[in-house]
Parts: sequence; C-alpha cells; structure tokens
Amino acid sequence: MSSLADRLSKLTDRLSPGRQPRRTSPDPLTLAAVGAGLAATGIGLALWRRSRKNKTAGDSIATDAPHWTLDKPSKRALFGKSVLINRPREELFAAWKVERFPDFMENVVAVEALGGGTARWTIKAPLGREVHLVNSITESVEDQSISWQSEPESEIANSGEVRFADAPAGRGTYVTLILAYDPPAGQIGRLGAKLLQREPEVQARRDLHRFKQLMETGEVTSNASPSARSSETATEPHI
Amino acid sequence: MRAVTWQGRHKISVETVPDPEIVNPRDIILKVTSTAICGSDLHLYDGYIPGMRAGDIVGHEFMGEVVETGAQSTLKKGQRVVIPFTISCGQCFFCEKQQYSACDNSNPSETRDASELLMGHAMGGAFGYAHLTGGYAGGQADYVRVPYSDVGPVIIPDDLPDDDVLFLSDILPTGWHAAVNADIEPGDTVAIWGCGPVGLFTIQSALLLGAGRVIAIDHFPARLALARGMGAEILDYTRVDVREALNEMTGGIGPDACIDCVGMESHGFTADNILDQVKAQFYSVTERPHALRQAILACRKGGRLSIPGVYGGFADKFPLGQLMEKGLTVKSGQTPVQKYTGELLKMIQDGKFDTTSLVSHHAPLEDAAEMYRHWHGEQNDYTKIILKPGLEKGAIQAKSEMENA
Ligand SMILES: [Zn+2]
Ligand SMILES: [Zn+2]
Repeated sequence: MSSLADRLSKLTDRLSPGRQPRRTSPDPLTLAAVGAGLAATGIGLALWRRSRKNKTAGDSIATDAPHWTLDKPSKRALFGKSVLINRPREELFAAWKVERFPDFMENVVAVEALGGGTARWTIKAPLGREVHLVNSITESVEDQSISWQSEPESEIANSGEVRFADAPAGRGTYVTLILAYDPPAGQIGRLGAKLLQREPEVQARRDLHRFKQLMETGEVTSNASPSARSSETATEPHI
Repeated sequence: MRAVTWQGRHKISVETVPDPEIVNPRDIILKVTSTAICGSDLHLYDGYIPGMRAGDIVGHEFMGEVVETGAQSTLKKGQRVVIPFTISCGQCFFCEKQQYSACDNSNPSETRDASELLMGHAMGGAFGYAHLTGGYAGGQADYVRVPYSDVGPVIIPDDLPDDDVLFLSDILPTGWHAAVNADIEPGDTVAIWGCGPVGLFTIQSALLLGAGRVIAIDHFPARLALARGMGAEILDYTRVDVREALNEMTGGIGPDACIDCVGMESHGFTADNILDQVKAQFYSVTERPHALRQAILACRKGGRLSIPGVYGGFADKFPLGQLMEKGLTVKSGQTPVQKYTGELLKMIQDGKFDTTSLVSHHAPLEDAAEMYRHWHGEQNDYTKIILKPGLEKGAIQAKSEMENA
C-alpha cells in the first residue's frame, strides 16, 4: 500500500465514530447543510469508508490503479479526483492558498486565517444557511502536497489532501484532491444534497475544474449569456 | 436586443431579450452582421437535442463587428471578425495540440457533467447548441458574448464581404477537415456522400488537396447541380446502384477515400446522433447508417474513410468485419475550427473557394421562424440561408442562380 494510502487510512480512522473525540448531533437538515458547505470547501470528493477496504488493507494489491479507485462497485462513489493542469507544479502549489479559494470555490463566502495554518471557513448552505468549518494544515510538503484536518469546533469533521505531481512529456501537473468526511445525515442527507446540486462530490469536482480553468486560462469559465427566460440574467452562469 | 430562440419542437421565435455583457476579461461583445442557419440547427428544431431549454438563443455560424472588449481581449472595437463555432481556450492540453474542438476548459463546470456521462469525457464548448456543449447563447441575435476572444475570432479585412467569409465559422473548415482526414494522395479518386453545405465544401477541399476525381452522391437535383458546378462527378442514388457505379468508375477497385457527409446535418455535435440512432431504431429508418455502411463497402482495400463528426451513438449493424478485413483507415471528429481559419482565409482571398453559390437565401433575422420552416421542409430549394439582423421583416432575397445551375 502506498504511503498516500496509509495516510488516507489514518484520515478515515480519525473519522470513525469510535475514535471521534467530540461529536455533535445536529438535526438532519443542518447536517445536509453542512454537507453542502463541505463541498464548497473544495477539498474534494466524498470518502466512504468501506468494510472491504479494511479487509484488503495490508494485502498486496496487484494493480497500478490509484487506491481511491479500488473496491468501488459503482463509479458514482468517488472520493478522489485528478485533473491534468497545463501549468508547472510549483506555480500550482503556490496558487493553492486560502486567499485564492473564493476565486474558484463556488460556495465559499470567506476564509479567515486564524494563524498557525488554521482557518475558519464560512460556506453557503442550502436554504440560505451558512456553515462554519475550522481546518488546520497538518502537513505541507513544498511543491508536492498539502494535508489538513478539521479542529473539534468545526461543524463537520473532515480531512483531506491535495497532491501535485509532474505529468509526463511536459503536459503540466496532475493535481489530485482527496477528501474524507463524516457523511452528513448519512445516505439520505447525501441524496437530498444531490437533488439540490449541492452534493459534496459534485461540488468538489466542479471546484477542482474551476481551479484548472483559472490556472490555465486566467479566468473561471462562464456560460453567462442572455436567454428568453425571465428568471435568468445575462451575467449569471446558468445550467 | 432581438434574438432567435428555441421554444420547443418545431417552435422557433424571435424574442426581445437582455443584451449580453462582458463577464470575463478575455470576452468581447459582437454586433452580429450575418448569421447562417446550419443543418445541425434542424436537430434542435426537431427537438432531438437533449439539454435544450425553452428560451435558449440558437445559432453557431456568425460574424460581425466588435463593439465591446474585456480587459484582456486583444481585439479592438470596430474590427470585423468571424467567430468559430467551437469555443476554445487556447491553453489547455488539447488546444495546445490544436485539437481545439476538444478544449477542456470551455465547457463550464456546471454543464460538463452530463456531457461527460454521455461521452466518457466532457465535450468542448460551442455556441447556441444546448447545455451539453456549455449552454452558451448563440449568434442568431443582434449581439453575442464571445469568450476567449484572443484565440478564436478571425479578423476580416474590410474588402471581403460577409458572404465570402461567414462560413469560416463552421462549414468551410468542417469540409476542409473532412478532406484533410481523408489523407488524399495526388490523383486519388474521392467519393463524397451528401451534397449539403459541408459536402459542397468537402468537394472543393478534396480537389484543392490533390484529388484527381471527386464523385459526389445525393438525390436533391439542385444540390447535385451545385456539386457538379464545383468540379465533382455526380451520382443520384435514387437512380443508380452506388457501389456498382463507383466500382465501374474505378476499374473495379473502388474509391481511394470515402467521406461521409450525409450526417453533415449534425456535424460537429455527437450527442444528437445518439438520439438519431435511437430514433432510427425505434421510430424510422434513416439514410445515415446506410450511407456509412455503403461507404465502407464501396471503399477500396487499404483506403481511407473520413467521417466528419457524425455517428456518435451505437450504430446498428456496423460493418466492423468489412472495415477490418479491407484494412481501412478511419478518421473522424468535430472540427478544430481555429486550426484552419488562418490558412482558409488566405485561400478565400486567393479565390480558391466558391463560398457564395451555395447560398440560396438572405433573410431578416425577424423572419427566422419562417426560414427554419423552409430549411426543414424544402432542402432542394433552400441550400443555405443567411440571416441579417436589422433588416425589416419580410425583406427576403432568394438567389435565382439555383434554378439555372
Ligand atoms: Zn454549423
Ligand atoms: Zn482549451
């Protein structure tokens, strides 16, 4: 198992209920909202703990597939995502910083640095709510990776990692985003969030693509344009 | 402003909508002077395209004058430009390889999911063609917002009239791309299925690229006459056995290259073809898979098959064994318009292309609904329609050359 996999496994352990130091138990609606907020942190795609994974941990895996793509009967249950970005690794690493997150993370209202690598996030949630996360950087390897872990006061427990690796033949950089979090309101909350287009997986994937757009083209792609629908403006993106 | 909008199946209306605005630094706003109706617009009209919403502004073949520029645009107000239908950033992996139609940034995050699900990877962005290709408003309007204006727009010298250059937006590069994909060698015999606007440009391109003979196949008399005027030998498939005729014209070996432009009505977009295939299986039999099958069986051993962007779906009874046993090379794909516009503009200036004889009608934008009806139902008489914003309703001009061709 790769060192990344090891770390991931630790990330998930931290989230397992038995070892959770402090858990609040808000109502399902809040939990769904929290899920939405989490998405907007842009940290990534949902990591679902799998009993199978535990069974295979430690076994030698006869495949070169990224570990986060293993043991998944369905393509929909992603918890990691890679994109090719046609820019140098150092440049992308330097750009992945708190101050720039609102530029490409759709639902982030504000990120406030608290010092020592800790930041307090304010995130838009469904029904006009806001969610607050408090995350701390646990490890940062210059030009390679950044890992983080939520603090106990965070409204949702989460941890994750973003990795930067050279792509071959001068193609730029593979940027990989991995996220572990406590699924808010379980699968039902996830379904609800999905219906609202606020599912963490969806949002994180979109934010990662916005990061790519911004870094490659200097702007976040927008289809904003007029239509004959009175509900839309010419300057807001529409789906 | 006024704009041609899709409201549902066989429902096109011209509506008053808000003006577009600059959103991103590289944008421009274009004042449209000419915009054509494309064969692929018929698929919107027929309601086959998933992801269309009532109120969408259509049109992907247009040109005009720059009236507003974003901070990062390299264009200047007052410049005349033709806009490629493909929206391409110029900076992603695909754009750097000049595979502009595969741009990985132009389809916004919000709309790329469905496209990715359908194709395996998200399609590039395009104007006026549903939300699978980005949901951008089209160019059949008084004004359009054009993203990445430093990459796509082709600056047009003042002495070239609109009709000479408008088709740089789509059908000329698409015809050129189709011929380039046929890897034509000097003296080759090239067979082309379909004499619509793309087929007609493919005929011209094949000859310019060194084909010794071009044999064009269709059944509309006016379109066959245009093909002959452009230098092709013609076959009316309702009157001959196409394969037998092609064999007899080539000493029994078949054409060196075969190009399927029958599906040109949906060139550039694959999603609609999936729907067409479904339709073909459940509702009616279309000519399109038939033409492709025929092209494969007609092509000489070791020959080339070029498919300008059609058949994205699951074709029924595809002659895969024949393709393999005959050792055909197949090339396909949506047109990377930006790759070709520079050289094609030069060739237009050198008088190498007949860009105007296929135009059958000029009409005011206000008459768009009527023009869509004609385009849909009268393909022999309406070979290409150009809409003009600003003209008074009813001021329709038909070219009489058609009848005399
Ligand atoms: Zn077109
Ligand atoms: Zn691109």
